[in-house]
Amino acid sequence: MNKEILSGNEAIARGAYEAGCRVASAYPGTPSTEILENTVNYKEIDSAWAPNEKVALEVAIGASFGGGRALCTMKHVGVNVAADPLFTLSYTGVNGGLVLVTADDPEMHSSQNEQDNRNYAKFAKVPMLEPADSQECKEFTRLAFELSEQYDTPVMLRTTTRISHSKSIVTLAERVSGLAQPKLVKNAAKLVMLPGNARVRHPFVEDRIKKLSEAGATMAINRRELRDTSIGIITSGVCYQYVREALPDASTLKLGMVHPLPHSLIREFAAQVDNLYVVEELDPFIEEQVKSMGIAVTGKELIPLCGELTPGRIRSAFGLQQPQSVSEEKLPGRPPNMCPGCPHRGVFFALNQLKAYVTGDIGCYTLGFMPPLSAMDTCVCMGASIGMATGVSKVVSAEERKRVVAVIGDSTFLHTGINGLMDMVYNNSPSTVVILDNRITAMTGRQDNPASGFTLMDDPSHSIDFPLLCKSLGVKHIRVINPFDLEQTKSVLQEEMERSETSVIITDKPCVLVKREGVFQKGPAYTVEVERCTGCRACLKIGCPAIEWRPSGDGSKKGTAFIDPLLCTGCDVCRQLCKFDAIGRAK
Amino acid sequence: MNKRITNILLVGVGGQGILLAAEILSETMLLAGFDVKKSEIHGMSQRGGSVVSHVRYGAEVFSPIVPEGEGDILFGFELMETYRSLSLLKPGGAVVTNDLRIAPPSVLMGQEPYPEGLTDRIRARFPDLLLLDGQKLASEAGNVRAANTVLLGAVSRRLDIDEHYWLQAIEKMVPKKALEVNKKAFLLGRASDWSKP
Ligand code: SF4
Ligand code: SF4
Repeated sequence: MNKEILSGNEAIARGAYEAGCRVASAYPGTPSTEILENTVNYKEIDSAWAPNEKVALEVAIGASFGGGRALCTMKHVGVNVAADPLFTLSYTGVNGGLVLVTADDPEMHSSQNEQDNRNYAKFAKVPMLEPADSQECKEFTRLAFELSEQYDTPVMLRTTTRISHSKSIVTLAERVSGLAQPKLVKNAAKLVMLPGNARVRHPFVEDRIKKLSEAGATMAINRRELRDTSIGIITSGVCYQYVREALPDASTLKLGMVHPLPHSLIREFAAQVDNLYVVEELDPFIEEQVKSMGIAVTGKELIPLCGELTPGRIRSAFGLQQPQSVSEEKLPGRPPNMCPGCPHRGVFFALNQLKAYVTGDIGCYTLGFMPPLSAMDTCVCMGASIGMATGVSKVVSAEERKRVVAVIGDSTFLHTGINGLMDMVYNNSPSTVVILDNRITAMTGRQDNPASGFTLMDDPSHSIDFPLLCKSLGVKHIRVINPFDLEQTKSVLQEEMERSETSVIITDKPCVLVKREGVFQKGPAYTVEVERCTGCRACLKIGCPAIEWRPSGDGSKKGTAFIDPLLCTGCDVCRQLCKFDAIGRAK
Repeated sequence: MNKRITNILLVGVGGQGILLAAEILSETMLLAGFDVKKSEIHGMSQRGGSVVSHVRYGAEVFSPIVPEGEGDILFGFELMETYRSLSLLKPGGAVVTNDLRIAPPSVLMGQEPYPEGLTDRIRARFPDLLLLDGQKLASEAGNVRAANTVLLGAVSRRLDIDEHYWLQAIEKMVPKKALEVNKKAFLLGRASDWSKP
């Protein structure tokens, strides 16, 4: 038997492969991104990035309706975007199996909220499986495809960051064979959800959940483990592992299917133990349902509502150890920072100088809110910057209105920013939008998008022409700038901010991490001529990680700047800040 | 098989090759026949932030993260990050750390100093300390970027696993063109002196 160490994400990709999946569709989002980056290694699966999660799900739905098994993956907040098709997909059901992976992020390691997407399964009335390690990620993915076809339903598979990004041992199997060949079959009563048809499907959906709940009682993935029966714990996902670690003697009911709950199994388990608990991250999702069954259970009185659990947090909840005392010693923090030579830096520097009110968006450039750039004032969700700029402009004074600038990356603009710009032009908003086009979806680790010129499978494809796109939306004032030219960046921003019509500024320098040939080119490194450096600290104002302040060492505030030649990409921005010509190309 | 789980924490700064070291370590344990789990957070941390990777192995491992205060070995790639993570170790745990300072943004900008005397402060709490100049040894091996493998070699001395499993894992995980350098770097690290205080 072939064993490998796989992450949860790699194992889900493997599970999809083994299940005979034909189409995989996603928009990248931490912690889900690596699933599609791995399905692409199986040539039997057509893997592709979609511009957003709604489109990704719609592609998967089409594949399923055509009779093929389809996988769609996204991070938790992505499901908000895909919720519209999801809720009606629940009514139509599937043809080929359809599995929707939601990768939740308790603790918000890289997210703007920590919503618990188990609620979506209940809300949309679809089953949800929750694996507890990589082996289960693979097995549950396979099972999810089977359940999907058996019960005529999309199946959600929920992971959390600790499952997606942890590695454990997985035993590999072969790809199934003998699945039906996809073909077009008309079936309007099932697939055209107009009121008359949808009314017929709704009772089917309710009945389906009841059947699944009954079947859950005997599913092997819902597993009772009786040990010491004085404590019985209902749990699922990575929390199961923490419970086994923290309370090895306790009895457990490990749920592999967290929606619908297997009511009869829960009743049996509750009767077998003296004290019943639910250990779950985030919402009291299982707890509330168990309580509504009339069963006494303890949950969130003990277990924190916010953030990730850990074995230690569970131990302290059960009174087995003191809560971890946070060490008082303050060390300098090490927050993430934009890369040396990042093309975003110049734009934020200029926005800061112009005292702009910046409605921001989601990407590496969100880091522009941090000092010393400190030039982002809002960040809510993907694509929100443009609509927010329109809105804030409606209420503030004519003078303040000029300071409003929306900032959005190329990938985020294509995700859901276009609609915002359409609205801005349509409703005559005077705001300015900056599209930071760095040719890639950088933040999640450099994924291609409809403007990068390549597909996930690395085939060349059309690359969107942003000026043309903006023009066709009706924007009259479109400027393309070099963000490394600080003077130009600042003066163009100033001109467009003054304007009383919608304007768009597009920056056209690539992310420094783009590996594809001919996109990013590193220049020769810069150095600081120590004799000329007066220690004025002007170059520190852009926060480039390649520039270091070196104190003179005599206890005074004096010192000089130093550029790390290994980190510097030669972007030239710091040179323009030095009034004493102390920064130049290394000789 | 012994029920005991060995807990190793790898800490440092994004971009230092911590993830690769953790991969090699886990692969070695798989080859040596253990159950193994590894966990870390990617995402924002890639932009130069702090990185913590957990590797656990033994007969059967449940949690993919090391329970607080139960680390056996702290394997640090940067001094301040090593110091920051000491509370993850169990009392009497061992520390292997790279003798390297990487200034975080506030220090780069001259707003606060890099903390002084970290080595002594680490030793005061955890006397079982091995301080290594990973960069220097890696240069000797042929590439300063192989410092992570040097450090891994030093850690390997403390784990009772046959050398051939380590080399086999390195062969599997390291790209061909960097293989020889990394093997050399590993053996240089493995030859380091782990004498107890
Ligand atoms: S990954 Fe690219 S876009 Fe992100 S900070 Fe680095 S250079 Fe900038
Ligand atoms: S040229 Fe200056 S700002 Fe640009 S990467 Fe080098 S040190 Fe940083």
